[in-house]
Amino acid sequence: MAVAGNRWPGRSIPGALVFVWVAWGACPPPLHAQGTGNVEIHGFLLGTYAGRTTGVRPGGEDGGDFLLGEQRLRLDLTAWPEAVEAALRFKGDVFHDALAGTFELDLREAYVDYTAGDFDFRLGRQIASWGVGDLLFINDVFPKDWVSFFSGRPLEYLKIGADGFRTRYSSNVANMELLLIPFFEPDNLPTPDRFVLFDPLVSVQTRDEKRPATTYTNTELALRVYRKIAAVDVSLYAYRGFWRTPALRPDSFASPTRVAVLYPHLSVYGMSAQGSALRGVLSFETGYYQSRDDEDGVDSTIPNSQARVLVGYQRQLWEDSNLAVQYYAEIMQSHAAYRKVLPAGYPAQKAYRDVITLRLEQSLEHQTWKLSLMSFYSASDHDYLVQPQASYTFSDHLAATVGANMFGGRRDWSFFGQFDANDNVYLSVRFDFGRSGS
Amino acid sequence: MRSPIYLAVACTLAFGALALAKEDLDSRPSRVAVPRTARSASPDAASIIEKSQRAFYYAAEDMKALVTMALIDKDGNRRTRVMTMLRRDERDGGNQKYFVYFHEPGDVRRMVFMVWKYPDREDTRWLFIPAVDLIRQIAADDKRSSFVGSDFTYEDVSGRDVNADTHALLREEHLGARNTHVIQSVPKAAADYTKRVSWVDTENLLPVKEEYYDAQDQLFRVFTADRIEDILVGEGQAATTFPTVMTRTMTNVKTGHRTEVTFDSIAYNVGLKDEDFSERRMRRPPSDWIR
Repeated sequence: MAVAGNRWPGRSIPGALVFVWVAWGACPPPLHAQGTGNVEIHGFLLGTYAGRTTGVRPGGEDGGDFLLGEQRLRLDLTAWPEAVEAALRFKGDVFHDALAGTFELDLREAYVDYTAGDFDFRLGRQIASWGVGDLLFINDVFPKDWVSFFSGRPLEYLKIGADGFRTRYSSNVANMELLLIPFFEPDNLPTPDRFVLFDPLVSVQTRDEKRPATTYTNTELALRVYRKIAAVDVSLYAYRGFWRTPALRPDSFASPTRVAVLYPHLSVYGMSAQGSALRGVLSFETGYYQSRDDEDGVDSTIPNSQARVLVGYQRQLWEDSNLAVQYYAEIMQSHAAYRKVLPAGYPAQKAYRDVITLRLEQSLEHQTWKLSLMSFYSASDHDYLVQPQASYTFSDHLAATVGANMFGGRRDWSFFGQFDANDNVYLSVRFDFGRSGS
Repeated sequence: MRSPIYLAVACTLAFGALALAKEDLDSRPSRVAVPRTARSASPDAASIIEKSQRAFYYAAEDMKALVTMALIDKDGNRRTRVMTMLRRDERDGGNQKYFVYFHEPGDVRRMVFMVWKYPDREDTRWLFIPAVDLIRQIAADDKRSSFVGSDFTYEDVSGRDVNADTHALLREEHLGARNTHVIQSVPKAAADYTKRVSWVDTENLLPVKEEYYDAQDQLFRVFTADRIEDILVGEGQAATTFPTVMTRTMTNVKTGHRTEVTFDSIAYNVGLKDEDFSERRMRRPPSDWIR
């Protein structure tokens, strides 16, 4: 499975120190004196540790029990000039990965914003979140870090920034958001060095990853047109780009020696609506995934086109508590063709995969305690993921979170079931700091 | 590992049953005995309360304020929330739009909370989460949610429907340096209090003190307006003053926890437009709002 390259690994201790110095150095008194603008620096120190509870280790005896062990320093720098509606934002982490023994840099976002009339522009590495699903994604076609999500890092780390150019147009008739992403970034998926995984091609170690070339024609295009209709948020979406999870193509199915890791072409068309109803918030989303490289479903290595639909309802139960339920379904197109070309020994996916989610949240003691339970259950695949979590805020600066990820399923090749041996518990502690500019 | 799924299902059923039970209990009218004299509503009292609401929640056409909210527990430990609050009235006593941008603390920084308030039906609320660039609608029940963990509820921040209570004028009282009307309000439907006694200044009609009583007829929350200033709007002959509560405190008498809210700066009639309360502004609030 592929690993995304949003991090700059290696012996970057000098690099990390330069990073810190540059960021702190960006807010010196002379900058104020020159009148070139204002700067704010905030950040946090975050320690996250996750360990498996099943006792199963990847790679037999050589594997470890820990999924994650890291200490991060986040620097969040905002600068804005006088007299111009513009801003610069830099959000980056320098962290020590205790398992790999490396210092790494994780550039979360780094962009420049500029406003001209009804237009807002954003250029650079930026996180975008579309759609109304809660951890179920239909029209959110942007890169995601599933490793963070399954190992207990804070939820913001599920999203990876995309390097591109965003234009937003606002008007009373309709609003529009267009993202152009020339640099393809795949999802970050769990790898066999940290996770115990199901891999039908486990014997084949030679993997040739072929990402889409950074050509002008390979630039991804994501468009959203939206407006409020009587306090209901309605959006239409279109995306032209690539699948972010790889397609594995062995050179031969009978006796493979090499596997090509590819990202086939994808277009997504969809819509969403969210509004108050039934004393809560009702959400609806749908999308059609057009797998452009294999529209008839005759290539077994490329995912078939599929339709996705989601209905969600959320409401407050009593003071400081929240309940949210969702129903989600993926309907594979050309399922008969898929079954016909499926090679021997490969598990067959159903035409219809559905997931029900339930989220319960409760805050106590003036929101110093935050308890939550998020669970996913797939009736079609008979697998599940349950994520209980408890957070305590010691002060405005210090908070700690403990939680677990519990996977299970009847089959070891379904989406959640495949991680069954990776049930884990995690602890994360965060210390916030910061100071504001003029 | 079947037990987690059973745990999840059991939790759902338990929460569902509790929710239904609560719904049932809440829909029954409160059974606290009300003194005979106060049972009959006085139209005077209702109109005083309505004018008080206008003065407190609907002052001027719009407002921009920098607000510091300190949550202090009984041991004196403080947590501070700093926010910029904008409000625009569509109609005096009618629909309003609120925009709250958080400056501090770190975990809510740059979050924006926007409410379109309707006196006659459920509000619509949105939350912008900057860490993932997401705006979503959030569900909430006005009467019962605490505002960002403080002792104030959403209803305390944006106002309660005058017709939701039966009001009765108890007496006139001299409180500190001011003359006040003392009014008792009893909710018509279930609320987290069974009786509220308000001291309303006779001159500027602002509430200077409120006492909330629970189902056991014990005092549990006290609101005090600690500092009132006259804010001048406009110049020369067109100038008007709006008396504004600059510092207010809500104390939970039973737990000893209190919340102090201070308006560090406030301006009225700054020229906010309806379009300013939009998704665009949640993502990119103009510099002059938040700096």
